[in-house]
Amino acid sequence: MKKVVMPLFVIGVLCLIPYIGVQYAGLGYLFAVIIPCASLVVLIAGFAIRMVNWLIRPVPFRIPTTCGQEKSLDWIKQDKLESPYHFWEAIARVLGEVFLFRSLFRNTKAELYGGPKLAYGSTKWLWLAGMTFHWSLLIIVLRHSKFFFSTVPPIADFLDNADRFFDITLPAFYMTDALVLAAISFLVVRRLRDPKLRLISLPTDFFPLFLILAIALAGMSMRYVTKINVLPVHDQILTLMDYSFILSGEIGVLFYVHLFLVCVLAVYFPFSKLMHAGGIFLSPTRNLCNNSRAKRYRNPWNPDIKFKSYTEYENDYRDKMKKAALPVENE
Amino acid sequence: MSKYVPKQSELKQEFEKKKPALLKEDFSGKEWWDLPVEFRDGNWCFPGKPEVLEDLGFPNPRKWAATDADWQLPDGWEKTIKDGLKSRLKRFRSFKLFLDTCVRCGACADKCHFFLGTGDPKNMPVLRAELIRSVYRNDFPLAEKILKGFSGSRKLTAEVIKEWHMYFNQCTECRRCSVFCPMGIDTAEITMMARELLNLIGVNNNWILAPVSNCNRTGNHLGIEPHTFVQNIESLVEDIEDLTGIKVNPTFNRKGAEILFITPSGDVFGDPGVYTMMGYLLLFHHIGLDYTISTYASEGGNFGLFTSNEMMKKLNAKMYHEAERLGVKWILGGECGHMWRVVHQYMDTMNGPANFLEEPVSPITGTRFSNAASTKMVHVAEFTADLIHHNKLKLDPKRNDHLLTTFHDSCNVARGMGMFEEPRYVLKNVCNSFHEMAENTIREQTFCCGSGSGLNAEEFMDIRMRGGFPRASAVRQVQEKHKVNTLVTICAIDRASLPTLMKYWNPGVSVYGLHELVGNALVMKGEKKRTEDLRENPMAGFEEDED
Repeated sequence: MKKVVMPLFVIGVLCLIPYIGVQYAGLGYLFAVIIPCASLVVLIAGFAIRMVNWLIRPVPFRIPTTCGQEKSLDWIKQDKLESPYHFWEAIARVLGEVFLFRSLFRNTKAELYGGPKLAYGSTKWLWLAGMTFHWSLLIIVLRHSKFFFSTVPPIADFLDNADRFFDITLPAFYMTDALVLAAISFLVVRRLRDPKLRLISLPTDFFPLFLILAIALAGMSMRYVTKINVLPVHDQILTLMDYSFILSGEIGVLFYVHLFLVCVLAVYFPFSKLMHAGGIFLSPTRNLCNNSRAKRYRNPWNPDIKFKSYTEYENDYRDKMKKAALPVENE
Repeated sequence: MSKYVPKQSELKQEFEKKKPALLKEDFSGKEWWDLPVEFRDGNWCFPGKPEVLEDLGFPNPRKWAATDADWQLPDGWEKTIKDGLKSRLKRFRSFKLFLDTCVRCGACADKCHFFLGTGDPKNMPVLRAELIRSVYRNDFPLAEKILKGFSGSRKLTAEVIKEWHMYFNQCTECRRCSVFCPMGIDTAEITMMARELLNLIGVNNNWILAPVSNCNRTGNHLGIEPHTFVQNIESLVEDIEDLTGIKVNPTFNRKGAEILFITPSGDVFGDPGVYTMMGYLLLFHHIGLDYTISTYASEGGNFGLFTSNEMMKKLNAKMYHEAERLGVKWILGGECGHMWRVVHQYMDTMNGPANFLEEPVSPITGTRFSNAASTKMVHVAEFTADLIHHNKLKLDPKRNDHLLTTFHDSCNVARGMGMFEEPRYVLKNVCNSFHEMAENTIREQTFCCGSGSGLNAEEFMDIRMRGGFPRASAVRQVQEKHKVNTLVTICAIDRASLPTLMKYWNPGVSVYGLHELVGNALVMKGEKKRTEDLRENPMAGFEEDED
């Protein structure tokens, strides 16, 4: 399977780069300061450019996919979420997609039976894995914010404590670490096992999964296996936040691998399918109101089209119309 | 049955072999872009005739067939496609977004009726879109270009055009995949763009373009000229009189009528659509509606939707133009699927504002249709539901006791409008036996008839019977469980295509328009004793007295 091996190989090479660079070439400054700053710039600028690039394109028609009863007669109950009529209802619908993956929750699995017949079973596994994956990542990113401030922000502190609820190892084990590994495994295995998914999947589908997996594994090894000293890392980030780019203290090489892979992810993000994170807010089938008969929607490039007017029509058919006793404008 | 479709037993066997899996064969080790595109009898529609293209001013008129090795594409066609793609990416955020944001999660894969029926991997909505994405990625975003081979991109070749033609004509723009997509990607939007692009180089479908040309010329898809149009409806008037003893009195092109009624021309000309038309005529007579029918704006449907957005606008423009000329207050629209996609989501934007019309108010109940305040066009199911709710109709649902019904939601009114309750309310009030199909096959999850979006051609029968299989399978269930014999729809294409589908998969089930059942149930003032329904079938419990 070239599609799987190639991205794996790329990740392997990417891991070696900082290892060699720091261990043998002494490029600590490059990997700890220059690359992280540059990739952060690429991420922010790239994300913004992609969003603007979408936003400047007009939405000529109001095309929501209506998944519930429209607002019509007073005594018929409108489905406010699935067929939004007011702006705030559409916002609620989009937020439902962003935070709860509501459309994915509808997922079914179709199978053929004798007869022949089709049967549909509800299947929530993809939804569950997707939710687990994205929410775990969000919590992990937020709890990393403790590295960026000299006093830990309350939200990071809260998430950190909640995440360590099962205080079973030393240092305490994060639930999200286990969840994200489980979710990634499911998502990868699913792509490999389902023949439909095998056909659909591209190397660019495996690459980000493997990349995030590698980041997580590097991070977890630091915490649970090599038990890296986080103080120099914390210092390094804090000095960076003060705009002073001075390398301080000794940092384990595993940290450089972890950090470099995060940088790769940041750079890769705006140019890849990962931009779905921004695109989901703009989807015209979800973020528009289903009120196009009540309120006129404007198309900024509405073309002028010449159509066959009634006069032309009557000119073509006047005699036939008169014979059929149809009224005509001109005798 | 048609020579363009295998025997039902053969198709059954094919399904039997692959069950429970959906894919038609084992594709392990294969990539989708290596799978060949094979045109054979039953899986392609005849291309637009040269005279039709000339009439429309469309490019590259010629005689050709999809099975030809050389499709005689015009010089520089690659540039035409690429420029066309660029221009559409600029004008439609939806298109750009839907090409960019897919994560290939595969939630859409088994939601497409064509995939369920054919097992062809390229009928998975995600792959259908990848057919274009792969070309788009090859030429457009910079970073993906650097990562060629990594991102599954490929060159635009004549083979790719053949593939596009095959698979963008195995999509009925039904939007079922978009219900399940976590990104809200709507394959209909992508198919519409692909068909626009293909039309630019003369790769097309006569079953779409001939109606477009007809509609432009005569005012309706079937090409019925004004005198014939009137004659047809008058013959329905006679049938009504024979059956009920009531003489209804429709008027044509009458200035000063309160309401302009527009319905698909299939209701005027095609069986079983004409029975639905008889239902409308009876209903309007029953309530004494002041309405007129136009021979110029004599088409509710709009095959421009399946051609290009410019053509859609051009054909649709006649509705408002005629409403203004006749000086009516508002427009009432008949039962149709894609017509209502156009009227609900496009018409006002394209051809509005219709300030010469008034906010629709039912002259019988006084109900203000504020949901149509701007477009000024009301769906007849809304209109009738309101009449029934206000007790304005004298109905005898027993007259439909010979019909054991189920309801097929039409894709466009379901997912492009959100009309679910109104037709059900009407149906439950005009008949006594109604059973829903399985919940994954109705409402927003409804399955297409398999012949929508201009694919109702005889020569396309193989794919149509496969595409309609999920719908047929759901009907089969209620047929076996509840002895359902009547499939009620509010779509003219359904009325034209579902009878064939039922004959193929579920013999014994007939297809009815909603207002045909309304027409059956209406107790008209001064009517003679009714023993037969509008199809002249005997009604259960209304037999003639023996003596």
